[in-house]
Amino acid sequence: MTALLEITDLRVLLHSGRQPVRAVDGLSLAVHPGETFALLGESGSGKSITALSIMRLLPDAGEITHGSIRLNGDELLTLPEYAMRKVRGNRIGMIFQEPMLSLNPVMTTGAQIEEVLLQHAHLRGTALQARVLELLRQVGIPDPARRMAEYPFQFSGGMKQRVMIAMALAGTPELLIADEPTTALDVTIQAQVLDLMRNLQQQKKMAVLLITHDLGVVAEMAHRVAVMYAGEIIETADRQNFFQAPAHPYSRKLFAALPTRKKRNNGLVVIQGNVPALSQTFTGCRFAGRCDHAWEKCHQVAPPWVAITPQHHVRCHLYPDNPPPLFSSTAQLLPDNPPAGANTSDPDQGEPLLQVDDLKVHFPIYKGLFKRVAGYIKAVDGVSLQIGSGKTLALVGESGCGKTTAGKGIMQLISITSGSIRLQNQALRGLGRKQLQQKRAEFQIIFQDPYSSLNPRMRIVEIIEEGMQALGSNSDKIAADEKRQHAIDTLLQQVGLPAEAKWRYPHEFSGGQRQRIAIARALAVNPRLLICDEPTSALDVSVQAQILNLLKTLQQERRLAYLLITHNIAVVDYLADEVAVMYLGRIVESGRTEEVLDDPRHPYTRALLSAVPVHEPGSRREIMRLQGEPPSPANVPQGCHFHPRCPYVMPVCREVYPAASRFSTSHTAHCHLYHSISQEPQDSQ
Amino acid sequence: MPFEPVILWTDALIYLLLAAGIAFAIYAGRHGHVLASWRNVAHSASGMSALTVLLCFILIGLLDTVHFRPRLEQSVQGGEKQAYSTEVLSLLDLLAAPLRTQTEKTYSAPLSACLYARETITTPDGKQIRDFARLVHGGAHLHHPETELARDVLWRSVSGICAGLLVWAGLVAGLGSIEARRYHIAFLPVQTAIWRGATAIPWRAILITLAFILAACGAIAALATHYHVLGTDKVGQDVLYLALKSIRTGLVIGTLTTLIVLPFALLLGIAAGYFRGWVDDIIQYIYTTLSSIPSVLLIAAAVLMMQVYIETHADMLDTAAARADLRLLFLCIILGITSWTGLCRLLRGETLKLREMEYIQAAHAFGVSRWRVITRHILPNVIHIVLITTVMDFSSLVLAEAVLSYVGVGVDPSTISFGTMINASRLEMAREPMVWWTLFASFTFMFTLVLSANLFSDAVQDAFNPRNRIATGDSGGFLKDHADTKAAKEAANTLSSDRKPSGT
Repeated sequence: MTALLEITDLRVLLHSGRQPVRAVDGLSLAVHPGETFALLGESGSGKSITALSIMRLLPDAGEITHGSIRLNGDELLTLPEYAMRKVRGNRIGMIFQEPMLSLNPVMTTGAQIEEVLLQHAHLRGTALQARVLELLRQVGIPDPARRMAEYPFQFSGGMKQRVMIAMALAGTPELLIADEPTTALDVTIQAQVLDLMRNLQQQKKMAVLLITHDLGVVAEMAHRVAVMYAGEIIETADRQNFFQAPAHPYSRKLFAALPTRKKRNNGLVVIQGNVPALSQTFTGCRFAGRCDHAWEKCHQVAPPWVAITPQHHVRCHLYPDNPPPLFSSTAQLLPDNPPAGANTSDPDQGEPLLQVDDLKVHFPIYKGLFKRVAGYIKAVDGVSLQIGSGKTLALVGESGCGKTTAGKGIMQLISITSGSIRLQNQALRGLGRKQLQQKRAEFQIIFQDPYSSLNPRMRIVEIIEEGMQALGSNSDKIAADEKRQHAIDTLLQQVGLPAEAKWRYPHEFSGGQRQRIAIARALAVNPRLLICDEPTSALDVSVQAQILNLLKTLQQERRLAYLLITHNIAVVDYLADEVAVMYLGRIVESGRTEEVLDDPRHPYTRALLSAVPVHEPGSRREIMRLQGEPPSPANVPQGCHFHPRCPYVMPVCREVYPAASRFSTSHTAHCHLYHSISQEPQDSQ
Repeated sequence: MPFEPVILWTDALIYLLLAAGIAFAIYAGRHGHVLASWRNVAHSASGMSALTVLLCFILIGLLDTVHFRPRLEQSVQGGEKQAYSTEVLSLLDLLAAPLRTQTEKTYSAPLSACLYARETITTPDGKQIRDFARLVHGGAHLHHPETELARDVLWRSVSGICAGLLVWAGLVAGLGSIEARRYHIAFLPVQTAIWRGATAIPWRAILITLAFILAACGAIAALATHYHVLGTDKVGQDVLYLALKSIRTGLVIGTLTTLIVLPFALLLGIAAGYFRGWVDDIIQYIYTTLSSIPSVLLIAAAVLMMQVYIETHADMLDTAAARADLRLLFLCIILGITSWTGLCRLLRGETLKLREMEYIQAAHAFGVSRWRVITRHILPNVIHIVLITTVMDFSSLVLAEAVLSYVGVGVDPSTISFGTMINASRLEMAREPMVWWTLFASFTFMFTLVLSANLFSDAVQDAFNPRNRIATGDSGGFLKDHADTKAAKEAANTLSSDRKPSGT
């Protein structure tokens, strides 16, 4: 079979800063017709630059210095620009990561698809309209005749991504490049989009070059996989081989760094160090500095390609002579962290640390000249939860379900509409500014985006000091100052940064390091409860493992309680003791982690869990795909909030919000399906 | 005392500004990380050349700010009570005394020995002819201007340039020896380093700029004693003198107005963006209302009211200069009050964006007071907008003064400013033959001033953006120490290699 896309020895330089960066350095790959080829790598490994090189859309600083890119035998790199324009969108389609940014907000979606068709298909008039309709129907947009006259802001994220796919398909491309197509989407929507892409590919016999960092997505979509590291491919294999027996130490570490329940009582494997700077010249293996198996040869000689099987190639000196044992022997792969003292589930000792009852946060919608209140967005609509000290409660849900608002409400960062929040049996609501100030040291928050959570104009020492100064007593100034400096040093060491780091500015640190600084800042006031708002979702897998390890260690050392707000089920599985699933401002199911994740009762929880792409081969669960998208919290459906999307919907669901059904002492769900077995009296709200 | 010092209102404010600047410099010198940013300004070639030019302007402006009243000759003889002139002079007037005192009858072209228009002259032998009359001062030492003028001008300017360059060479040598002693390097290597552009501070760019300035100054100084370098205006005043005097007016309007704009814009803009709600509503209404009134109308009304007030209280102000100065100050205040809305709106928008940033949320979570959040988190992150806007506004304020003077509500007619010069040249441009030099002089001076201010602010803005900073651990050495930055980078690399959290 001849390859559709063949890249040989591609080298791309990025001229930024003093030294050119070798973003892609000697990359070769072949994509065959009709297959999905996944390019897997962490951020900065050069995978997006590769995609842009194929389209010849590199930024001005980028320069292709060497290599060839052939599409069906035609060399793309020597094509003149006008010929290249015929290739883009016509023979190669591309989908970008951020659907919100890749559609023009002032053009209707129909017009944007028409633009592609006018360029490449030479259709006019009614034929053009018909083709747009057909494309929109293909990507599963309901009521396409009406939707094509609408503007992008009237579409949700998933729908926008569908429109993007329709645009990419408009030229009937032979090759579709999908650059992180679902990273910005929620899991249930991601599942829909991935299904759509898979179906379309099978129908059209298209080749897909899928660029992603998510092992789960690769497992669901790819036929063949290439792992990219520091500008080059280090391993290629077909899916089965790759997931059963990843060969390169880096690939294995990536798997080991993924949080799962099995690793609960152990630390996650972390990859030491950072991706090496690509501006240097490499003599040996690029991974040698971070590899557990490296010996002198690895530092001196760049490893050649070694074929393990005809389908499986790896760039590592360990092959073929002394392949390391597979990670069935996990003991070898877990040397970094001593097994953290088994987190035995001791019975709750009396008072919970945090007790939230019927928390409601409603945002008024103003209308008209005099700002009359026209309605409310019920972001959080009656949430109750409790956390014991030293425990972790995970609040899980898709974006827009109100989980972050709930966290901020508990933090007293936004005013709550009703409900009570008690911390160590003291109500926070109704406290004066002064009294609240004293309580603030007890609970702190870590944010999602480490890039916006540190003030770029303050040095680390000032950032960490701020909370101490605001909450500390200012009795003896000089002695306190010395003590504080000492405290900052120990804190930084505790989160794994050198003490000298405090004299630097945030922009000098990587994402993972910034998140550590944010954790150090929160810990500076000795809190008992830490609200972690998506603490790892902006980080790469290996860095995520470091942060999760840190959170776990800190929990044991300081007996911290965490309220973990996340959409990442794997993280929940690894870290949380209890789970609460949120949908449209209410908790629909809650219980201990193993109860909820192994035996989900609420249809939403089931759908959520089955939408998560799994990378472990063979562990196929029941597939339950949700239709549609969550409605707006300004206009919640009557009855059970979930009924418009629920596959088991009954007439009663449309009228009454279901009461709690209890399955064990801790496991409850709000669903009419279980009312027959519920031991609680059924009351209708 | 041979003179009586006079401190006008604007003088006092300029001294205050100067004192604040010096105090900030001392503060920065004691706080390393603030100094580091300014050091980055010092490393930008274009910024430092612009600063050199700007400093020349500021020097002239400051010289023109030191005011006094000279003692009158008669009173010395009288003895019992010293009387001082009612004319307020400045140091610049003293230095440029020949320019100030050597006035002609009317227009004369630059470097000319005759008036610009023919007039009837009575010759010694009693005949009357119509010809270009000789000037009283310009080229008076020449017997036959037709033949001698060009050679004389050439000779004087060349010798002036040479003198300027000689002074410059002295400066270069002095700088070299100072730097050599400071960093313990021999004199010659210092010079080669400077001229190869290898120094940390771009001395080469600064020295080249300085060479141009000194050569020009030398030539002008050599010519100015015997000629009117930029010609004379309608009443025979030297245009070069007018242009030099205009610099202070321009600087005063640019800086004092900004000083008045800043508190309004910063306080109201940040308050509106940060507190939102009714505070935002009120502030928005205020600036929407204010900016929908035509500002010229508002300014005209205020200036006219001021004028009437001064005229009815004539006894309050003892000299004409004090009166003109008060009018200038009020013009600054009025301009300031009417022009804060643009910056305020920008700051409100930026603050709205910033207050949702997670670091501000984190500060709230620590219960940091609102005032501290504003001063420590929001203000430093909007300061780049303030910097850019004020410098951009500086040029438009100088222009606004010109426009207002044109309409007749600007500075006092006795105050020399770019505006009054441009206003005067309105009629001159319509003359035949055209009188172009007044406009040319004001254009050249204004252009240089505003351009250098813009370039300098660019450099400041770049230096204060933390993302542009290469290494904060700047050694402050003489050379662009490559080894040093390398070491800093390596340190950064070792630091950025993530350590195992369990490793400690």
